[in-house]
Amino acid sequence: MTPKRRRLSIVLIGLAMLGTAAALVLTAFEDNLVFFFSPTDIAEKGVGPDRRIRIGGMVEDGSWQKYEEGLRSEFVVTDFQNAVKVVYRGSLPDLFREGQGVVAEGKFNGTVFTASEVLAKHDENYMPREVADALKKSGRWKEGEEAK
Amino acid sequence: MIAEIGHYALVLAFFVAIAQVVVPLYGAARRDTALMGFAAPAASAQFLCIAIAFGALMHAYITSDFSVANVAQNSHSLKPLLYKISGVWGNHEGSMVFWVLILALFGFAVAAFGRQLPDSLKARVISIQGLIGLAFLAFILLTSNPFERLDPAPLDGRDLNPLLQDPGLAFHPPMLYIGYVGFSLAFSFAMAALIEGRVDPAWARWVRPWTLAAWTFLTAGITLGSWWAYYELGWGGWWFWDPVENASFMPWLAGTALLHSAIVVEKRDALKAWTILLAIITFSLSLMGTFLVRSGILTSVHAFAVDPERGLFILGILIVAVGGSLTLFAVRAPALKAGGLFAPVSREGGLVLNNLILSVATVTVFIGTLYPLFLDAMTGDKVSVGAPFFNATFVPVMIPLLVLLAIGPLLPWKRGNLRAAVEKLWVSALFTVVVAGGILVLEKGAPLAPVLGFGFAAWVAGGVVTELTERIRLFRIPLGDSLRRLFNLPGAAYGMSLAHLGMAVFICGATGEMNWTRELVATARAGDTLTLGQYELVLEKVERSQGPNYFRDMATLNVSKDGVPYATLHPERRLYPVQQMPTTEAAIRSGISGDLYVAIGEGSDLGGYIVRVWVKPLVPWIWAGAMMMVLGGLFSLSDRRLRIGAPKRSRRRPAAPAVTEAGD
Repeated sequence: MTPKRRRLSIVLIGLAMLGTAAALVLTAFEDNLVFFFSPTDIAEKGVGPDRRIRIGGMVEDGSWQKYEEGLRSEFVVTDFQNAVKVVYRGSLPDLFREGQGVVAEGKFNGTVFTASEVLAKHDENYMPREVADALKKSGRWKEGEEAK
Repeated sequence: MIAEIGHYALVLAFFVAIAQVVVPLYGAARRDTALMGFAAPAASAQFLCIAIAFGALMHAYITSDFSVANVAQNSHSLKPLLYKISGVWGNHEGSMVFWVLILALFGFAVAAFGRQLPDSLKARVISIQGLIGLAFLAFILLTSNPFERLDPAPLDGRDLNPLLQDPGLAFHPPMLYIGYVGFSLAFSFAMAALIEGRVDPAWARWVRPWTLAAWTFLTAGITLGSWWAYYELGWGGWWFWDPVENASFMPWLAGTALLHSAIVVEKRDALKAWTILLAIITFSLSLMGTFLVRSGILTSVHAFAVDPERGLFILGILIVAVGGSLTLFAVRAPALKAGGLFAPVSREGGLVLNNLILSVATVTVFIGTLYPLFLDAMTGDKVSVGAPFFNATFVPVMIPLLVLLAIGPLLPWKRGNLRAAVEKLWVSALFTVVVAGGILVLEKGAPLAPVLGFGFAAWVAGGVVTELTERIRLFRIPLGDSLRRLFNLPGAAYGMSLAHLGMAVFICGATGEMNWTRELVATARAGDTLTLGQYELVLEKVERSQGPNYFRDMATLNVSKDGVPYATLHPERRLYPVQQMPTTEAAIRSGISGDLYVAIGEGSDLGGYIVRVWVKPLVPWIWAGAMMMVLGGLFSLSDRRLRIGAPKRSRRRPAAPAVTEAGD
């Protein structure tokens, strides 16, 4: 085999593999992309009940209810324009607090968001980027204060 | 005063770097030996300056000098000494100083050990290494000065994020950085070779050990990080396909490919342009990792710098480095002479396929990591790409690599016979079928994933054993001779077997953890009993006490397995008052068959505690497999054929090019 043909065959194999990978990536994107919604997005655009999404915003003050000694929690996520009620079964992250930013992943049935995962924060000052943007959009972002 | 010395040393390092870039490069172009000779002392001076700066910063941390802003923001006088030291790199500014320190260390290594390198190559390598250092020194001095003073100095510091106060994390960043930055040397060598216009086996003999060293450290660093996430975050996961993890995983994948293609350059003088390109890509991915992690684009525990100016600066460095190096590659690569020929079915062919697969795998991780950023920038839509995406793309792409992993090492160089190689593998094939069948029966055919996982692990392990028995001609020559052969194998052969076997062990661990994990979340009071599988856990008590810089609730659980007392576990929940931050300290009982993992949550008003229990089969195999890869790397490095400048053992064969030491 001449070097040229060898190189050509390597390139062809490489392209075939890239093609396979592209197909895999595209199908995986179709099933596994999780979109982020703010409470306002949910109110305005609506979400199908079977679609996995992430929501984010602030945990409304005084909305956190614990049942079964903390095993099941309900709280309200708000961007100060709209709010969504979230139920979650399991142990909340260490830094879950009322009046702080939160991101949850799960499904919305039209009235209640059932979270399968509530994302942990790594430190006290951290504000999920999506939440910060959502709050900026709703005009309730306190400039500089939580941007750290 | 000492902080000012540190700052001054950094500025000095910056100017030394300018000289280090310009003089040797000009000297190499003019073939002026004196000017080229300037490279080595410049690299040493550069390293010395940065070491002084780093030492000054460390001094400020150890003595808790809170008049230095960086120390005040990231340290606390009550913090244990280990975390005062690790605090130096546990923040943005300090970690960047550490970055350039390692960079200068590698430049210094070339200066110190590179006596046999051709003058011009050495001068150019050190010059490029200096150029990278120059960019990052400018970054530190202009945007991230670690020695800034506070006036008045606060009485005490704001403490380090408690999650980072952990022995696993004290060593994770240095390991990772040595890995990341170590690839800079492969990059500098690639650039120098492009400028020179030639790549020969001597070049690969240099690049391979340094790449291998970087790869070994990177593997250890990623493993430590994963281990830390597993026991410290208290969610029982070990790999989340988090963008920050991917940022370190992509250079690892590309570096693994580079490691393999450098073998072909060294042994067969082929794949030269490709290897150079891989060196560029690997280091570019390292730079991109630094950018993603440090720019604050991704929100994570690693994102110290939210200052957009810093992000833009690193992005600028990234664009210049990638753009410049690829342009140079495009201009000069066609001039590289093609080397040894080989048939498609051959060791070289196998390694090419290895490279293709690893590259495609890198691309899938790259897309999954960057697509959300891309979409956000383009449309403003926010998406997240999680584990399911990578399981559906990365895993299938890697499967052919596992099949190949057993076959490739059995193929001879130049021209091989696929059938002969596959025939040698009939025992492994049988072993694979037995293992996969066993799992199928055990699991009653339910999910296919564990059958495949353990099947492939068996195939890889079988391949490694087959390759070793072939090498020592077991059962074909007297046993004593075989054993003698086994003991006389070069370090690189042990290294390869160990690393490949580590892969098999790792797959077992990952498969077991992902498919057989069982979880229990319940509320318990003192005296309550929880049951999960074979385990019975009795919550004896929860006590409050005080640690050096935190308060803790420590639970005592008596665990029995199948009715026999098994362990007493003490999961904790800590509160670090300075940062008002609670953390979970899981209690883990490890055994060869798996982990029992217990974490406690907040107590309720009624005296109950949320207790989370996981039974995680085979998790220790994950770390064991990764450690075997690290050991494999170390074994390979110990191979005297790779030790340039090591005492020559045999002079019988005349070394071909000037650099080549003891021939194979």
